[in-house]
Amino acid sequence: MNLYTYASPANFYVLAGKLIPWFAWGTGIFTVWGLYISFFLAPTDFQQSEAYRIIFIHVPAAWMSMFIYLVMAFWGAIGLAFNTRLSFMMARALAPTGAIFTFIALWTGAWWGKPMWGAWWVWDARLTSELILLFLYVGIIALWAAIDDIRRGDRAGSLLTLIGAINVPIIYFSVKWWNTLHQGASVSLTKAPSMAATMLQGMLVMAIAAWLYTITVALIRVRRIILERERQTEWVKALLEKET
Amino acid sequence: MEWASWSEFWNMGGYGFYVWGSYGVTAACIAVEVYLLKRAAGDTRRRLKRMQQWEEQ
Repeated sequence: MNLYTYASPANFYVLAGKLIPWFAWGTGIFTVWGLYISFFLAPTDFQQSEAYRIIFIHVPAAWMSMFIYLVMAFWGAIGLAFNTRLSFMMARALAPTGAIFTFIALWTGAWWGKPMWGAWWVWDARLTSELILLFLYVGIIALWAAIDDIRRGDRAGSLLTLIGAINVPIIYFSVKWWNTLHQGASVSLTKAPSMAATMLQGMLVMAIAAWLYTITVALIRVRRIILERERQTEWVKALLEKET
Repeated sequence: MEWASWSEFWNMGGYGFYVWGSYGVTAACIAVEVYLLKRAAGDTRRRLKRMQQWEEQ
Protein backbone atom coordinates (compact mmCIF):
# COMPACT_ATOMS: atom_id res chain seq x y z
CA MET A 1 0.00 0.00 0.00
CA ASN A 2 1.29 3.47 -0.76
CA LEU A 3 0.16 6.96 0.13
CA TYR A 4 -1.48 7.57 -3.24
CA THR A 5 -4.07 4.94 -2.38
CA TYR A 6 -5.82 7.61 -0.33
CA ALA A 7 -5.86 10.13 -3.17
CA SER A 8 -8.72 8.00 -4.50
CA PRO A 9 -12.03 9.28 -3.13
CA ALA A 10 -13.35 5.75 -2.56
CA ASN A 11 -10.46 4.82 -0.29
CA PHE A 12 -10.36 8.19 1.40
CA TYR A 13 -14.07 7.93 2.20
CA VAL A 14 -13.39 4.79 4.25
CA LEU A 15 -10.24 6.19 5.89
CA ALA A 16 -12.00 9.44 6.87
CA GLY A 17 -14.85 7.44 8.38
CA LYS A 18 -12.37 5.62 10.61
CA LEU A 19 -10.52 8.79 11.62
CA ILE A 20 -13.54 10.97 12.51
CA PRO A 21 -14.30 9.41 15.94
CA TRP A 22 -10.66 9.83 17.03
CA PHE A 23 -10.54 13.49 16.06
CA ALA A 24 -13.96 14.07 17.64
CA TRP A 25 -12.83 12.58 20.95
CA GLY A 26 -9.60 14.57 20.78
CA THR A 27 -11.60 17.76 20.22
CA GLY A 28 -13.69 17.05 23.32
CA ILE A 29 -10.72 16.26 25.54
CA PHE A 30 -8.65 19.26 24.45
CA THR A 31 -11.64 21.61 24.72
CA VAL A 32 -12.39 20.57 28.31
CA TRP A 33 -8.71 20.74 29.23
CA GLY A 34 -8.30 24.13 27.52
CA LEU A 35 -11.39 25.61 29.18
CA TYR A 36 -10.21 24.33 32.57
CA ILE A 37 -6.87 26.13 32.13
CA SER A 38 -8.61 29.24 30.77
CA PHE A 39 -11.00 29.67 33.67
CA PHE A 40 -9.47 27.88 36.65
CA LEU A 41 -5.69 27.83 36.31
CA ALA A 42 -4.84 31.02 34.43
CA PRO A 43 -4.38 33.89 36.89
CA THR A 44 -6.23 37.21 36.83
CA ASP A 45 -4.48 39.74 34.59
CA PHE A 46 -3.11 42.72 36.49
CA GLN A 47 -4.18 45.19 33.78
CA GLN A 48 -7.33 43.71 32.29
CA SER A 49 -8.71 41.76 35.27
CA GLU A 50 -10.89 38.88 33.99
CA ALA A 51 -11.79 40.45 30.63
CA TYR A 52 -8.57 39.09 29.12
CA ARG A 53 -9.98 35.53 29.32
CA ILE A 54 -11.54 36.22 25.92
CA ILE A 55 -8.00 35.68 24.58
CA PHE A 56 -8.40 31.90 24.92
CA ILE A 57 -10.90 31.83 22.08
CA HIS A 58 -9.97 35.04 20.28
CA VAL A 59 -6.37 34.13 19.45
CA PRO A 60 -6.93 30.46 18.51
CA ALA A 61 -9.92 31.50 16.33
CA ALA A 62 -7.83 34.18 14.62
CA TRP A 63 -4.99 31.72 14.01
CA MET A 64 -7.42 29.17 12.58
CA SER A 65 -9.03 31.76 10.31
CA MET A 66 -5.65 32.30 8.66
CA PHE A 67 -4.36 28.69 8.79
CA ILE A 68 -7.53 27.25 7.26
CA TYR A 69 -7.32 29.78 4.44
CA LEU A 70 -3.72 28.79 3.72
CA VAL A 71 -4.64 25.08 3.77
CA MET A 72 -7.51 25.82 1.35
CA ALA A 73 -5.11 27.71 -0.91
CA PHE A 74 -2.69 24.77 -0.71
CA TRP A 75 -5.36 22.24 -1.78
CA GLY A 76 -6.59 24.64 -4.45
CA ALA A 77 -3.07 24.98 -5.87
CA ILE A 78 -2.55 21.19 -5.84
CA GLY A 79 -5.91 20.75 -7.54
CA LEU A 80 -5.17 23.34 -10.22
CA ALA A 81 -1.67 21.96 -10.85
CA PHE A 82 -2.39 18.23 -10.86
CA ASN A 83 -6.15 18.14 -11.45
CA THR A 84 -6.68 15.87 -8.47
CA ARG A 85 -10.36 15.60 -7.60
CA LEU A 86 -9.93 15.06 -3.90
CA SER A 87 -7.89 18.27 -3.44
CA PHE A 88 -10.78 20.43 -4.62
CA MET A 89 -13.15 18.53 -2.37
CA MET A 90 -10.87 19.20 0.61
CA ALA A 91 -10.79 22.92 -0.22
CA ARG A 92 -14.59 23.03 -0.34
CA ALA A 93 -14.90 21.07 2.90
CA LEU A 94 -12.73 23.56 4.80
CA ALA A 95 -14.28 26.85 3.69
CA PRO A 96 -17.37 27.01 5.96
CA THR A 97 -15.33 26.26 9.08
CA GLY A 98 -12.77 28.89 8.08
CA ALA A 99 -15.55 31.43 7.67
CA ILE A 100 -16.95 30.53 11.10
CA PHE A 101 -13.59 30.94 12.81
CA THR A 102 -13.11 34.29 11.09
CA PHE A 103 -16.51 35.40 12.35
CA ILE A 104 -15.64 34.19 15.88
CA ALA A 105 -12.32 36.08 15.80
CA LEU A 106 -14.12 39.28 14.77
CA TRP A 107 -16.96 38.80 17.23
CA THR A 108 -14.78 38.05 20.26
CA GLY A 109 -12.51 40.91 19.20
CA ALA A 110 -15.46 43.30 19.31
CA TRP A 111 -16.56 42.04 22.72
CA TRP A 112 -13.03 42.46 23.99
CA GLY A 113 -12.51 45.82 22.31
CA LYS A 114 -15.61 47.35 23.85
CA PRO A 115 -14.49 47.08 27.51
CA MET A 116 -10.77 47.68 26.78
CA TRP A 117 -10.73 50.28 23.97
CA GLY A 118 -14.23 51.66 24.48
CA ALA A 119 -15.26 50.71 20.93
CA TRP A 120 -16.80 47.61 19.36
CA TRP A 121 -15.09 48.32 16.09
CA VAL A 122 -12.39 50.59 14.67
CA TRP A 123 -11.17 50.72 11.07
CA ASP A 124 -7.64 49.73 11.94
CA ALA A 125 -5.45 47.65 9.61
CA ARG A 126 -5.70 44.41 11.61
CA LEU A 127 -9.47 44.51 12.03
CA THR A 128 -10.12 45.63 8.47
CA SER A 129 -7.90 42.98 6.87
CA GLU A 130 -9.56 40.28 9.02
CA LEU A 131 -12.97 41.55 7.85
CA ILE A 132 -11.73 41.27 4.26
CA LEU A 133 -10.80 37.65 5.05
CA LEU A 134 -14.42 36.99 6.08
CA PHE A 135 -15.64 38.51 2.80
CA LEU A 136 -13.16 36.33 0.89
CA TYR A 137 -14.49 33.18 2.55
CA VAL A 138 -18.09 34.19 1.88
CA GLY A 139 -17.23 35.16 -1.70
CA ILE A 140 -15.48 31.85 -2.39
CA ILE A 141 -18.37 29.83 -0.92
CA ALA A 142 -20.87 31.87 -2.95
CA LEU A 143 -18.83 31.39 -6.13
CA TRP A 144 -18.75 27.62 -5.62
CA ALA A 145 -22.49 27.61 -4.97
CA ALA A 146 -23.20 29.71 -8.05
CA ILE A 147 -21.38 27.58 -10.64
CA ASP A 148 -23.28 24.38 -11.42
CA ASP A 149 -20.48 22.80 -13.44
CA ILE A 150 -18.43 21.18 -10.69
CA ARG A 151 -15.08 21.24 -12.50
CA ARG A 152 -15.41 24.87 -13.55
CA GLY A 153 -16.60 25.81 -10.08
CA ASP A 154 -13.64 24.05 -8.48
CA ARG A 155 -11.18 25.90 -10.68
CA ALA A 156 -12.81 29.32 -10.31
CA GLY A 157 -13.10 29.00 -6.53
CA SER A 158 -9.54 27.82 -6.11
CA LEU A 159 -8.24 30.61 -8.32
CA LEU A 160 -10.07 33.16 -6.16
CA THR A 161 -8.68 31.47 -3.04
CA LEU A 162 -5.13 31.76 -4.38
CA ILE A 163 -5.51 35.42 -5.34
CA GLY A 164 -6.99 36.20 -1.93
CA ALA A 165 -4.11 34.46 -0.15
CA ILE A 166 -2.16 37.73 -0.41
CA ASN A 167 -4.44 38.99 2.36
CA VAL A 168 -3.10 36.48 4.93
CA PRO A 169 0.40 37.98 5.32
CA ILE A 170 -1.24 41.41 5.33
CA ILE A 171 -3.36 40.37 8.33
CA TYR A 172 -0.41 38.80 10.10
CA PHE A 173 2.01 41.71 9.64
CA SER A 174 -0.58 44.50 9.80
CA VAL A 175 0.29 45.22 13.44
CA LYS A 176 3.92 45.78 12.40
CA TRP A 177 3.42 47.63 9.12
CA TRP A 178 0.82 50.07 10.35
CA ASN A 179 0.16 51.91 13.55
CA THR A 180 -2.75 49.86 14.81
CA LEU A 181 -4.90 50.06 17.90
CA HIS A 182 -4.73 46.28 17.91
CA GLN A 183 -1.74 45.13 19.94
CA GLY A 184 1.23 43.33 18.39
CA ALA A 185 1.75 39.58 18.55
CA SER A 186 2.25 38.24 22.09
CA VAL A 187 3.47 34.95 20.69
CA SER A 188 5.92 34.64 17.82
CA LEU A 189 8.35 32.05 16.54
CA THR A 190 11.38 34.25 16.94
CA LYS A 191 11.22 35.51 20.49
CA ALA A 192 10.02 34.36 23.88
CA PRO A 193 6.30 34.95 24.43
CA SER A 194 5.46 38.06 26.42
CA MET A 195 2.88 36.47 28.66
CA ALA A 196 2.47 34.20 31.69
CA ALA A 197 3.24 30.53 31.04
CA THR A 198 -0.24 29.34 32.10
CA MET A 199 -1.92 31.84 29.79
CA LEU A 200 0.23 30.67 26.89
CA GLN A 201 -0.49 27.03 27.74
CA GLY A 202 -4.25 27.69 27.78
CA MET A 203 -4.07 29.38 24.40
CA LEU A 204 -2.06 26.55 22.86
CA VAL A 205 -4.37 23.84 24.22
CA MET A 206 -7.38 25.74 22.87
CA ALA A 207 -5.59 26.12 19.52
CA ILE A 208 -5.03 22.34 19.36
CA ALA A 209 -8.73 21.83 20.20
CA ALA A 210 -9.63 24.20 17.33
CA TRP A 211 -7.39 22.24 14.94
CA LEU A 212 -8.92 18.91 15.96
CA TYR A 213 -12.42 20.37 15.62
CA THR A 214 -11.60 21.70 12.14
CA ILE A 215 -10.24 18.33 11.02
CA THR A 216 -13.31 16.53 12.41
CA VAL A 217 -15.90 18.70 10.67
CA ALA A 218 -13.86 18.96 7.44
CA LEU A 219 -13.66 15.15 7.23
CA ILE A 220 -17.41 14.83 7.83
CA ARG A 221 -18.05 17.43 5.13
CA VAL A 222 -15.62 15.92 2.62
CA ARG A 223 -17.31 12.52 3.01
CA ARG A 224 -20.62 14.08 2.02
CA ILE A 225 -19.01 15.80 -0.96
CA ILE A 226 -17.41 12.52 -2.05
CA LEU A 227 -20.80 10.73 -1.92
CA GLU A 228 -22.44 13.49 -3.97
CA ARG A 229 -19.79 13.53 -6.65
CA GLU A 230 -19.26 9.79 -6.90
CA ARG A 231 -22.94 8.89 -6.83
CA GLN A 232 -22.76 7.30 -10.30
CA THR A 233 -19.99 4.92 -9.30
CA GLU A 234 -20.47 1.31 -8.32
CA TRP A 235 -18.93 1.68 -4.87
CA VAL A 236 -21.35 4.43 -3.80
CA LYS A 237 -24.30 2.45 -5.15
CA ALA A 238 -23.15 -0.62 -3.26
CA LEU A 239 -22.60 1.43 -0.12
CA LEU A 240 -26.09 2.96 -0.18
CA GLU A 241 -27.65 -0.39 -0.99
CA LYS A 242 -25.98 -2.00 1.99
CA GLU A 243 -27.48 0.61 4.28
CA THR A 244 -31.09 0.15 3.21
CA MET B 1 -8.26 28.37 42.07
CA GLU B 2 -9.26 31.92 41.27
CA TRP B 3 -12.88 31.97 42.39
CA ALA B 4 -14.35 32.19 45.87
CA SER B 5 -17.90 31.42 44.69
CA TRP B 6 -19.95 30.64 41.59
CA SER B 7 -21.44 34.13 41.52
CA GLU B 8 -17.93 35.55 41.41
CA PHE B 9 -17.16 33.17 38.57
CA TRP B 10 -20.17 34.31 36.51
CA ASN B 11 -19.42 37.94 37.31
CA MET B 12 -15.87 37.74 35.85
CA GLY B 13 -14.63 40.76 37.79
CA GLY B 14 -17.44 42.89 36.35
CA TYR B 15 -16.70 41.79 32.75
CA GLY B 16 -19.15 38.88 32.74
CA PHE B 17 -21.25 40.40 29.95
CA TYR B 18 -18.26 40.58 27.60
CA VAL B 19 -16.61 37.30 28.57
CA TRP B 20 -19.83 35.25 28.38
CA GLY B 21 -20.96 37.17 25.31
CA SER B 22 -17.80 35.96 23.59
CA TYR B 23 -17.87 32.38 24.82
CA GLY B 24 -21.63 32.05 24.37
CA VAL B 25 -21.65 33.13 20.73
CA THR B 26 -18.64 30.91 19.98
CA ALA B 27 -20.44 27.91 21.50
CA ALA B 28 -23.59 28.79 19.53
CA CYS B 29 -21.63 29.02 16.24
CA ILE B 30 -20.12 25.58 16.79
CA ALA B 31 -23.46 24.08 17.85
CA VAL B 32 -25.11 25.43 14.68
CA GLU B 33 -22.31 24.14 12.45
CA VAL B 34 -22.48 20.65 13.97
CA TYR B 35 -26.30 20.61 13.73
CA LEU B 36 -26.30 21.70 10.07
CA LEU B 37 -23.61 19.15 9.27
CA LYS B 38 -25.63 16.31 10.79
CA ARG B 39 -28.80 17.39 9.02
CA ALA B 40 -27.02 17.73 5.67
CA ALA B 41 -25.48 14.26 6.02
CA GLY B 42 -28.93 12.71 6.47
CA ASP B 43 -30.43 14.75 3.61
CA THR B 44 -27.68 13.74 1.19
CA ARG B 45 -28.04 10.04 1.94
CA ARG B 46 -31.82 10.11 1.60
CA ARG B 47 -31.62 12.03 -1.67
CA LEU B 48 -28.99 9.76 -3.18
CA LYS B 49 -30.97 6.69 -2.19
CA ARG B 50 -34.12 8.09 -3.81
CA MET B 51 -32.21 8.85 -7.00
CA GLN B 52 -30.84 5.34 -7.00
CA GLN B 53 -34.31 3.84 -6.59
CA TRP B 54 -35.60 5.85 -9.57
CA GLU B 55 -32.77 4.63 -11.71
CA GLU B 56 -33.55 1.04 -10.88
CA GLN B 57 -37.19 1.34 -11.96
